[in-house]
Amino acid sequence: MTPVAAVRDAGLAALVAFGLFAPLVGLRTDVVEGGLALRGRWDDVAWLVLLAFVGRLALLLLAGRRLPRLTLPAPLARAGQYAAPFFLGLALLLPWLPFIERYELDLGILVLTYVMLGWGLNIVVGLAGLLDLGYVAFYAVGAYSYALLSLTYGLSFWVCLPLAGILAAFAGVLLGFPVLRLRGDYLAIVTLAFGEIIRVVLTNWTELTGGPNGLSGIPRPGLFGLSFTSEEGGFADFFGLDYDPVHRVIFLYYLILGLALLTNWVTLRLRRQPLGRAWEALREDEIACRALGINVTVTKLTAFAIGAMFAGFAGSFFATRQAFVSPESFTFIESAIILAIVVLGGMGSQLGVAVAALLLIGGTELFRDLAEWRMLIFGAAMVVIMVVRPRGLVGTRTPSIALGEKRAIGGTYVSEGH
Amino acid sequence: MILDVEELTMRFGGLTAVHAVSFQAWGGEITALIGPNGAGKTTVFNCITGFYRPSGGKLTLFGRNGEVALQKLAGHRIARAGVARTFQNIRLFPGMTVLENLLVAQHNRLMAATGWGIGAVLGLSRYPAAEAEALERAKHWLNATQLLDRADDPAGALPYGAQRRLEIARAMCTEPVLLCLDEPAAGLNPRESDELSALLLQIRAQGTSILLIEHDMGVVMKISDHVVVLDHGRKIADGTPAEVRADAKVISAYLGEGDEDEAA
Amino acid sequence: MAYALQQLINGVSLGMIYGLIAVGYTMVYGIIGMINFAHGDVFMVGAFVSLITALLLGLGGGAAGPGALLLVLLAGMSVTALYGWTVERVAYRPLRGSFRLAPLISAIGMSILLQNYVQVAQGARVKPTGTLVPGGVTLMETDGFAVQFSYVQMLIIVVTLAVLAGFTVLVTRTPMGRAMRACEQDRKMAALLGINTDRIISLTFVIGAALAAVAGCMYLLRYGVIDFYIGFLAGVKAFTAAVLGGIGSLPGAVLGGLLIGLIETFWSAYFSAQYKDVAAFSILILTLVLMPSGLLGRQEVEKV
Repeated sequence: MTPVAAVRDAGLAALVAFGLFAPLVGLRTDVVEGGLALRGRWDDVAWLVLLAFVGRLALLLLAGRRLPRLTLPAPLARAGQYAAPFFLGLALLLPWLPFIERYELDLGILVLTYVMLGWGLNIVVGLAGLLDLGYVAFYAVGAYSYALLSLTYGLSFWVCLPLAGILAAFAGVLLGFPVLRLRGDYLAIVTLAFGEIIRVVLTNWTELTGGPNGLSGIPRPGLFGLSFTSEEGGFADFFGLDYDPVHRVIFLYYLILGLALLTNWVTLRLRRQPLGRAWEALREDEIACRALGINVTVTKLTAFAIGAMFAGFAGSFFATRQAFVSPESFTFIESAIILAIVVLGGMGSQLGVAVAALLLIGGTELFRDLAEWRMLIFGAAMVVIMVVRPRGLVGTRTPSIALGEKRAIGGTYVSEGH
Repeated sequence: MILDVEELTMRFGGLTAVHAVSFQAWGGEITALIGPNGAGKTTVFNCITGFYRPSGGKLTLFGRNGEVALQKLAGHRIARAGVARTFQNIRLFPGMTVLENLLVAQHNRLMAATGWGIGAVLGLSRYPAAEAEALERAKHWLNATQLLDRADDPAGALPYGAQRRLEIARAMCTEPVLLCLDEPAAGLNPRESDELSALLLQIRAQGTSILLIEHDMGVVMKISDHVVVLDHGRKIADGTPAEVRADAKVISAYLGEGDEDEAA
Repeated sequence: MAYALQQLINGVSLGMIYGLIAVGYTMVYGIIGMINFAHGDVFMVGAFVSLITALLLGLGGGAAGPGALLLVLLAGMSVTALYGWTVERVAYRPLRGSFRLAPLISAIGMSILLQNYVQVAQGARVKPTGTLVPGGVTLMETDGFAVQFSYVQMLIIVVTLAVLAGFTVLVTRTPMGRAMRACEQDRKMAALLGINTDRIISLTFVIGAALAAVAGCMYLLRYGVIDFYIGFLAGVKAFTAAVLGGIGSLPGAVLGGLLIGLIETFWSAYFSAQYKDVAAFSILILTLVLMPSGLLGRQEVEKV
């Protein structure tokens, strides 16, 4: 493209930017005594227009008309095989690294929770190809199951954990049954509706769930009966340590790491088994599956149920960590974030999901001081990553079995489900 | 007898695509279903393999476990009863390797060996032996279809002819008593067609009966034991290739379509 | 009876708003087969632009004349159309023809982006405008219950019908509309016949956004208060309307919108207002499960 044409195109972009930003950025509505007032912010508009012009010009001159698809350079791609052991080692040693304080550990717990949720949803979306936008509902079922069971019956965390998983899996089957015949976007929207129904019910069924105020005072888990408190007989006392609240955080960190690794282990194992292969076959071609005698209904339901079960585990963990649950934690945006992690990671890739969770959750945490900008940047990042890498970070599929050497399968062959 | 089709009728709204068609397929034979475009061949296939529920009539399979009324079974149960099929527009699992395609075909047997997933996760059960057996079966059919060297390639990357062969291999891995092939020679060059004929004869020799829809009369006349001709949803002829070739109704049905060569 | 009549009026005027948004969903789905997840937020942008224009014209709090209202509507439509165009250009066009989930994720990202952009630019507080079109007529009065048909509701119904009539003429009677319908049937073929499909798709987004802006403006007039989050719920309900009517069908979208508006209003009036969203969502699920092609949609036969 000639520089003149590029400048003209960039000028057009600036004009569009002016049209977009002049009303919404240039004129801010302020709530004042007796109504609303407008306040001009034309310098901001000028900056944005300039940014649009320069950005577009740079893009045109450097990259040509089309945005480049980002491909990983070969050495980096080869380094990929060391990435999994590296991240695993890092995750295991994290609490003992010198610069790790309480804040970093909390962030680690948060990231790992999303890694686990991403891995759980990956079973449904990445392997079975069932687009689920209501995954947070199962997370909520797990969280409330634990909260209610422990508050009402005084059951311990370790008893509630499997129960919460089973209840969430049950919810998964409950949702799965009616939507079996639906495909793609329709399935996405129905699961979204299901998630919202659960949230509305949690908000309004005040007698059971505490309504919008939620449930508080949820018991904390202990380690083999040792509680993480300063009392006698607690963890610190038993091991003769000085009581330190960080003990509990480290314990929670390893708990979620363990749960996440369990999710990963089960998934990797199932992928090499007939069930996992049937999930992937279902993603590739449902009709062919039927012709081969695979019970499509049961296969889909197992994917929903197992995916939901891990969300239920993660939900119990969430409840016990926060000691508090309320419907606010289970909005649609959570489902969208988890789905974004799966898709950005590269569908079906365990490593990709983990890296995507680290990037998205850890990355936006960097902007925590810009509270309201955080989600704005998050949304923009989703768009940009999709545009430059529509197949996600790991765009290839590893075969589950091979006669010779396992070679990665290029993304163009792999279907995205239905 | 392997399959008995009695008065099979299929209506879509007001349109009757298949009208009271009856024929038999005999065990150990290749039965060809031919007819001009739109004659209802694929519809008959879809009824037999459970993709459509017939509006009327009976479909009886004489399988390994006795008589089965196919018209009452769900799609995946028909496959389990011993009917395998391929599709006119190939339906492989393109993102999975050739070998994986063949293992998916053995899903039910493998699944039973894993104790329905639970044992497999724990690493218990008879699974390793079952998997080794499944691999052997896959290798056998890879050999038969000359795909052994492509076993670890994604199915979607195979050339067209190889994809056709893979689909047949995959169907055979379900160990069917009746193999239904929907235009297996479509798009193949003459050499590939000959290889296909040889493969089908080999499958027959191993004891699997074949029901075949085909437009390539060269293939049909060479390998079929028995030919059923459909036109406008009705059966117009039924007999050996030689009988059908001489049948006046068949000739006029094809000539009416203006396709002299195919009838010849 | 009087109570039911009142609910009917309320439901129809609410349903018109849903219908206008639903048309945008159905058009985009028809032409490129994706759920434009950001459409609800485009509607929200439309409401905000209308609000800002109204304030610019000095309409805050007082009654507005027809000329001023028309200006508000036109400003809302043109700026929002520009937003619709930009969203398609930036977030969807680069992904055309790629992996099918990518545009959906991109759309969800766009939805989050628009929501938070408006929150940052305009603040998180709700914006009350007061009544811009006060008054109405009392249709009947029985047992102390007066059935009110407000001017706002009349305005909503009249404007919506006028806009939809214009839109129908555009789609059915003009060469541009024919090109749009051709793209909807078969985009590749349309491109081979010399239709600039990129332009038609852009146009679809522009028109859809303009209709959403009308809905946003009407929403503002009806409720007199908006915030940056109104797009999500309205979007999901309008999508429900589009599905209920049969996705891809324009009259279906309007019909679906009316039904959702009526169901929601009657549900709140006779059962429970808290669970009105559950009613809408349940209808969505039931429709998709029992009648996936909707009321007026085309039946899809599974090809083997």
